[in-house]
Amino acid sequence: MGIEEKLPSGILLTTVEQIAGLVRKSSMWPATFGLACCAIEMMSAGGPHYDIARYGMEKFGATPRQADLMIVAGRVSQKMAPVLRQIYDQMPEPKWVIAMGVCASSGGMFNNYAIVQGVDHIVPVDMYLPGCPPRPEMLFDAVLKLHDKVQNTKLGAHRRREIEEEEERKLRRQLPYPVYAATEHSEGVGR
Amino acid sequence: MLDWLNPVKGFGVTFHTMFKKVPTVNYPEEVRPTAPRFHGRHQLNRWPDGLEKCIGCELCAWACPADAIYVEGGDNTEDSRFSPGERYGRVYQINYLRCILCGLCVEACPTRALTMTNEYEIADDERESLIWTKEQLLAPLLEGMEAPPHPMRLGETEEDYYRQGPAFARSAPGGTGADGKADR
Repeated sequence: MGIEEKLPSGILLTTVEQIAGLVRKSSMWPATFGLACCAIEMMSAGGPHYDIARYGMEKFGATPRQADLMIVAGRVSQKMAPVLRQIYDQMPEPKWVIAMGVCASSGGMFNNYAIVQGVDHIVPVDMYLPGCPPRPEMLFDAVLKLHDKVQNTKLGAHRRREIEEEEERKLRRQLPYPVYAATEHSEGVGR
Repeated sequence: MLDWLNPVKGFGVTFHTMFKKVPTVNYPEEVRPTAPRFHGRHQLNRWPDGLEKCIGCELCAWACPADAIYVEGGDNTEDSRFSPGERYGRVYQINYLRCILCGLCVEACPTRALTMTNEYEIADDERESLIWTKEQLLAPLLEGMEAPPHPMRLGETEEDYYRQGPAFARSAPGGTGADGKADR
């Protein structure tokens, strides 16, 4: 650009987006939403052996109004769904959601009328974390991947364009399973 | 008598703790190994010559309590052979958003085609990419293996293949042998 070369040493240039991303990811306070066995792993992630405070998640509180990240840990029953939505609505922007465990991600093995088949029916999910329950390292893996995502999030008009592009990409995406040309032995793919 | 020292004693505890060994594992930099039989993600194994072990029988899909596995079998022909025997798994998908990593599929597998690895870092931000397809699940080709489709290399008949195949592969020059991870 030119301005970088003319600056004296010791001055670092960056963008507002990068700073906002750094600040947002470095102190992302989670709101616990422990619903089942995944909550036990989430609690052990806060213990001394794993210590989630290393990622700036010092305050692991039950108050949504001071939280940025919602970790939905466990199966969400139909009766719990409005509660979850209300807690999500009480969180201030910007906010993120991790669906921890297969039950929160898709209903898991509980494919029945009582369980919401994936918490993304109720709130937008930023990171799906498989496992039943996922070990604390898996939760950290999801948290770090989310940190990467937050760091590279754009702001303002750029963000709106990014959202449009992502929507376009998802609408025109290639499905993960190849749809084979019909042979005499195949009747189609997918359940 | 020395009660006025009590508030200072508290700092003694703090001072002691500074010299204690820290039990925290710095996860992304330093990864603690899992138990050797930890149920991580799945792997579709191969025979020592590179042919797939999966025969497309769908027993894993039937055993799955979460309905996470989808299998569609296909017929092997002389021109395109993916596994020894008649059938092979043409489509193989595991939905990791449903899979609870219980290992019942591994128990059900009659050819030991499906086993589990110790890998667990599979979080993603899209539901679609968490449906793992056969290409992602297949074990990598080791030295001496050849990507299918190709004819059976470990014996003329199927009995030879299964009975003497592993020994044959071990003795063959450049063969990896059947004692590798892919053939347990």
